[in-house]
Amino acid sequence: MMDWSALTLSLQLAVMTTLLLLPLAVMLARPLAWVNFPGKGLIDALVTLPLLLPPTVLGFYLLGVFAPQGALGQAWLTLTGRSLVFSFDGLLLASLLVNIPFAVQPVQRAFEAIPREAREAAWCCGLSSWQTLWRVELPLAWPGLASAMVLTFVHTLGEFGVVLMVGGNLDGATRTLSIAIYDRVQAFDDSAAARMSLLLVLIAFVAVGSLHFLTRKVGRRGN
Amino acid sequence: METDVTGGALEVELRQQTPIPLDCAFDCAPGELVALVGPSGSGKTTVLRCIAGLHRAQQGAIRCNGATWFDGQLSLPPQQRRVGFVFQNYSLLPHLSALDNVMLALGDVPPAERAATARNWLARVHLQGLDDRRPAQLSGGQQQRIALARALARAAGGGVLLMDEPFSAVDQVTRRKLREELARLRQELSIPIVLVTHDLDEARQLADRMVVLHRGQALQTGTPEDVLLRPVSPAVARLVGLSNLFAGTVGMDSGKPCLEWAGRRLAIAVPPGDTAAHDSCHHAPGSVVNWVIPPEGVLLHRPDRPSAGDAENPVTGTIIEALRMGSFTQLTLSIPGEPQPLVFQASSHTIMRNDLGPGRAASVTLLAGRIHLMPGD
Repeated sequence: MMDWSALTLSLQLAVMTTLLLLPLAVMLARPLAWVNFPGKGLIDALVTLPLLLPPTVLGFYLLGVFAPQGALGQAWLTLTGRSLVFSFDGLLLASLLVNIPFAVQPVQRAFEAIPREAREAAWCCGLSSWQTLWRVELPLAWPGLASAMVLTFVHTLGEFGVVLMVGGNLDGATRTLSIAIYDRVQAFDDSAAARMSLLLVLIAFVAVGSLHFLTRKVGRRGN
Repeated sequence: METDVTGGALEVELRQQTPIPLDCAFDCAPGELVALVGPSGSGKTTVLRCIAGLHRAQQGAIRCNGATWFDGQLSLPPQQRRVGFVFQNYSLLPHLSALDNVMLALGDVPPAERAATARNWLARVHLQGLDDRRPAQLSGGQQQRIALARALARAAGGGVLLMDEPFSAVDQVTRRKLREELARLRQELSIPIVLVTHDLDEARQLADRMVVLHRGQALQTGTPEDVLLRPVSPAVARLVGLSNLFAGTVGMDSGKPCLEWAGRRLAIAVPPGDTAAHDSCHHAPGSVVNWVIPPEGVLLHRPDRPSAGDAENPVTGTIIEALRMGSFTQLTLSIPGEPQPLVFQASSHTIMRNDLGPGRAASVTLLAGRIHLMPGD
């Protein structure tokens, strides 16, 4: 049978990760796309790092930092009274970190593609930096933002290694759909695993399909 | 609804060593069009970007309509300067319609009036009925009209209009039309206009004054006629592509200054009231000078029918090239004792009738009044 609480948790995690990460990605990607500053190469490398590390390795390190004895875990505990390990808070934080490359890179490419003159024209028209961001940069970078959102969303739904390391497998608290699938397979409940796997495939398919639809609509608008 | 386009003068003075050297100063009165000309890399665009606030020079001052935009320390951002900027590649925002692109520049017009004001500007550049089109659905000429309307909408009321090679990306027919349009539109504008161009024809047709830039330095500022007929130095003459640039010495001939050149003595004259040309006579006898004569100042003698005017500065040489260009033929004449050839034009009809071609000798008159002397380099 379908693990509905795992599905709800997965969707909740994916939506929150996407919504929280997008503004962060814009803030990080803009200077990376346009400004040359010392240490830019290092930041570029750090942004890509989560993509290159094995998820279990990343999860292992995060577990160390998130643990009540760890620097971050301790601070979070004193601040909120909640634990970062085996909790939704920790899962969300881990998910945000893991998805940085998926969110930042498409946004960075999109900002790089905006011609300098487009922004300069906006400034000369009297638009402040903030107005230029909303009325010029974000609309022009929209295809990149859309693919960042879809990639982050789908990737969060499917993340397994980091989630298992940091969150464990607590029903209703940290058991996401991909962990529930693993759980069902372990219990020889192949039909439930198959149903949930199919659901993940469908969600991913719809997400990628809507990305095509969104960006094509923008493309048509531009022609 | 007519929008009043008036403003005060623009004063520019810029100095810097890096990233490219700048050393120039000029002003532009309301209603005046100043063209910045020079080869690529001469700093024309950088000067324009400094005025717009898109580049900050190390030293200098920029004032417009009584307000200080830049004084070496203070530098207002582009948003706080009233600058209508027409970029080389239009720089319309591709996601906005023609009307929205113009409305973008109308941030300080009450929202209810923006659409009407923007339509008015589009009408003034003769672009109507295309309000909802996006840039990609419009031709290059149409896009440049929108860019011009947007820049005017911003510059109106105390600003400046800056144009960076505005017609270079469109085809020749469109370019000619847009130039005419700008010349017409100019009569209604009383704001300073600064045009960057490498096209001297464009500068001559549109500009009240030209600033010749070379490596960031303003070598000469003057009317197109001044610059093209009376360059202050051989460097300017070369930069504006003048043919017939020679070296000579100032001499005296029966108490009057003359020009000694390639073993000849040429009479030089000062047309009455022409003070700029008068300066050329201040060169003391014996000083080495450069001199130019425009092709129009060289008259071909007709071997079949000598005339009285032939006595003025006659020069004989050998034709090395006769290039037919429609009804006129451009002749290149090799003069004994002068390494540089003399270039001038004559009617193709005359050339044919007298069977003039490469290898044939030809005599010409160098009109004394068209000879312009400069300090030698």
